[in-house]
Amino acid sequence: MNRKFIKGILHRPRWELPQSEVTPEAVFRERRRITAMLGFGSIAASLPGYVQAGIFDLFGEPQALAPTRQLNFTVDQQYQTSETQTPYDKVIRHNNFYEFGTGKQDPFENAQKFKVDPWSLTIDGLVDKPLTLGYDDLYKLLPLEQRTYRLRCVEAWSMVIPWVGFPLAALLKKVGVSSKATHVAFETLFDPEQMPGQRNPLMGGGIHYPYVEGLRLDEATNELTFMAVGLYDKTLSPQSGAPIRLVVPWKYGFKSIKSVVRIRLVDKQPPSSWNQLVPHEYGFYANVNPQVDHPRWSQASERRIAEGGLFNAKRIPTLPFNGYAEQVAAMYQGMDLRKFF
Amino acid sequence: MWRISRRQLFWCKTLLHVAAALPLLWLFLAVNSDAAGGDPVQYIIHFLGKGALNLLLLTLLVSPMARWSKQGMLMQLRRPLGVWVFAYACLHLAAYFSLDLLFAWQLLLQEVVKRPYIVVGASAWLILLSLALTSFKAAQRRMGRHWQQLHYAVYPAVILVVVHYYWSVKSEIIEPSIYIMLALLLLSLRLKPLR
Repeated sequence: MNRKFIKGILHRPRWELPQSEVTPEAVFRERRRITAMLGFGSIAASLPGYVQAGIFDLFGEPQALAPTRQLNFTVDQQYQTSETQTPYDKVIRHNNFYEFGTGKQDPFENAQKFKVDPWSLTIDGLVDKPLTLGYDDLYKLLPLEQRTYRLRCVEAWSMVIPWVGFPLAALLKKVGVSSKATHVAFETLFDPEQMPGQRNPLMGGGIHYPYVEGLRLDEATNELTFMAVGLYDKTLSPQSGAPIRLVVPWKYGFKSIKSVVRIRLVDKQPPSSWNQLVPHEYGFYANVNPQVDHPRWSQASERRIAEGGLFNAKRIPTLPFNGYAEQVAAMYQGMDLRKFF
Repeated sequence: MWRISRRQLFWCKTLLHVAAALPLLWLFLAVNSDAAGGDPVQYIIHFLGKGALNLLLLTLLVSPMARWSKQGMLMQLRRPLGVWVFAYACLHLAAYFSLDLLFAWQLLLQEVVKRPYIVVGASAWLILLSLALTSFKAAQRRMGRHWQQLHYAVYPAVILVVVHYYWSVKSEIIEPSIYIMLALLLLSLRLKPLR
């Protein structure tokens, strides 16, 4: 070492540091990240104490939401309602999407890292020209419109939601439905790595994945039947069924299958997940019907989730076909809806 | 042999009250700070129902524990625990009636009669009510041996409660199945002296 004696004192060259001041290698390697952390730390330190402390720590950090972007669409005046819309904040934090857990807030908590781009939606089966849509096609293939529909869950709560998308009939027109087709089968993405409910039976509620649903062809081509790619004026959030989902407003919510990867035209009634699991509680049709109770609860009324706190909700009578009888009742004429529930 | 002293028992009871009250405070804070979901009604109802069930199983664990550890004093924990079970069960019922049914009396009466899982839950609550009403020392003295006969009803009550839980879920039956097994296990511990 380069040391020299001056008047009997050990002098170190000016550049030499005591060992205690040497930056440990691990810190040196991580210096950029640490500087960034210190930056956030000073921002956090500048916040008033009450914002940082206390109950906020108890429930963990608020997480970053999955990115959504604005959509261009026209507002379809024919399909609007004067009823109060359910605030966006409630629509995205109260979901049934068992792929992300069975609790109502589980999908919000577990779905934010769900990847929707790239996506692939295949329309095939008994069609003239099978079609596979990529992520960008979902927003470009057909003109987007906004419709506000009532959503009635089989669990007797309901919302009023503005969806952005296109009628399923318009999509089916693009592929050309064969005259042999009688039904349409839908399938949700199967990706256990991204969907914890599909790999962990404790989280998935016993459903046999992938989740499947079906409609009769006349139901699928009804004017109301809608493929949604957006909610309010933005793309769908994962927990609401991003990037594309079905919306069938006169049927219980579980028919409106989320995150669809396949639409298949078939010549017999396809299976549907809840019906397979508990056939005496959930029928294939699942039309909203105040006259036919679920075996374990009444369907005569519903709790409407709208603005305000816990006690601001209202219980309102449930309407046949969720209030869309005018558009859909004719399809079921002569059918015993107690039998075909 | 070492025995739990009165003083230690007092602290045990104090700790029990604090531990049973804390989840309610947590629930209140979670709902208030928006951490229980966009519409926390179901969350609140399930939280309170499961709280009642957990406490009920804990109550049934007291006498096997007391016997096993030879600490007879522990038996005195059953009363405060039982009263907490009843408190949670009442809050569970109140949350269902106020938040889910939104005070629709008619609907409540219809549902209680028509829905098997609500009939089962309501029966369990009636048993708990009768046990809570007779939980005072004075009632115990006045009822004599009938008091013990009445309080054996906690056994059918726990069966009703786990069946109510199993029946109330849509498809997620793993957790309620575990609770049924725990309840059966705790009841089976009582079969031994009868042999």
